[in-house]
Amino acid sequence: MNIHKIANYLNTLADSETGMTFDCQPISGEVDVLQITILGREELPIFVSVTDDQILCITYLWGEEEVKIECINDMHVSMLEMNIPMPLSSFSKIGDKYVVFGALSISSNFDDIEHELTVLNNNALEVIDDMSEYLI
Amino acid sequence: MSIFKKIMTAIRGGASEVGESIIDTNATRIFEQEIRDAENHLTKAKRDLTGVMAEQMSANREVDRLKREITEHEGYVAQALEKNDESLALAVAEKIANLESELAAQQQAFESFQGSANRLKELVKKSERQVGEHKRQLSMVKTTESVQKATSAITDNFSSSNSKLLNAKDSLERIKAKQQKFDDKMKAAEVLEAESGDGALEAQLKAAGIGAQSTSANSVLDRLKAKQNKA
Repeated sequence: MNIHKIANYLNTLADSETGMTFDCQPISGEVDVLQITILGREELPIFVSVTDDQILCITYLWGEEEVKIECINDMHVSMLEMNIPMPLSSFSKIGDKYVVFGALSISSNFDDIEHELTVLNNNALEVIDDMSEYLI
Repeated sequence: MSIFKKIMTAIRGGASEVGESIIDTNATRIFEQEIRDAENHLTKAKRDLTGVMAEQMSANREVDRLKREITEHEGYVAQALEKNDESLALAVAEKIANLESELAAQQQAFESFQGSANRLKELVKKSERQVGEHKRQLSMVKTTESVQKATSAITDNFSSSNSKLLNAKDSLERIKAKQQKFDDKMKAAEVLEAESGDGALEAQLKAAGIGAQSTSANSVLDRLKAKQNKA
């Protein structure tokens, strides 16, 4: 599995069973990254990279500077508590950005990847909605 | 230092300098080589183990054979004694003594093979665990490195395209607004369909009492009453 195969599959997907339309844009760099946007939800792109043993799908949520400083501990607790109930995705932090991510086995099929992307995107939307009380 | 701590230190130290490799690639290569070496040793140890186990089995068979032979010869001694042939009995007894010393030697060899096999099995198990653990650690280091590189590619992409990650709440509002707009459009289309389609005309006709009327209990009763009056 590599990002080009994923991009080809998602781009040719006329009508996804998930009801979503994907647009894929490869970003070249030392590590190839695929930027995937979902129609109507362009503000929350998903970044996919493929390593030796896994496929990582990451969506940026918000930056440290967007968190109300007095709420940061409560927010962290809420995120930890939500981490298990949230299907397929987990929270993390890259640099000063909070992210939600999902990791798949390198041997996953296209359906699994499509499902992962859809769930990740829905989770991201819901998380921002739920956590907005902690955000500026 | 545990691998978790190393990675955390590397991430925090590297966070200020985006794009710079946070993990010493040379160290990663050495680590990979070490894992490969360990795997080679493991393959060799497994081969050795097979050899030792084969020796152990053959020693075991030899022990069984000698035991059987001793029992057999003990029978001969008894038979010779029955026939009062003391010298023959002595000769067989000598043979038994030889067989017994051979048995002792084989027994010892068997036990020594068994000991080696057990030690090798233990070693193989331990090495397998260790290789697995090293692989897991390497995968963590590589993933960290790859995410760091991917992040820098993403950041570069954003800064070069002059676009910027939006504020999370703004993003949510925009997406919700788009969704709302889409829903409104769908609803508007439904309304339009109802107003201009066949549905609207039928409803008007019905209201005016023209066309197929739905049967109600009252209309049925009226019909039956009319029938009765006629009769």
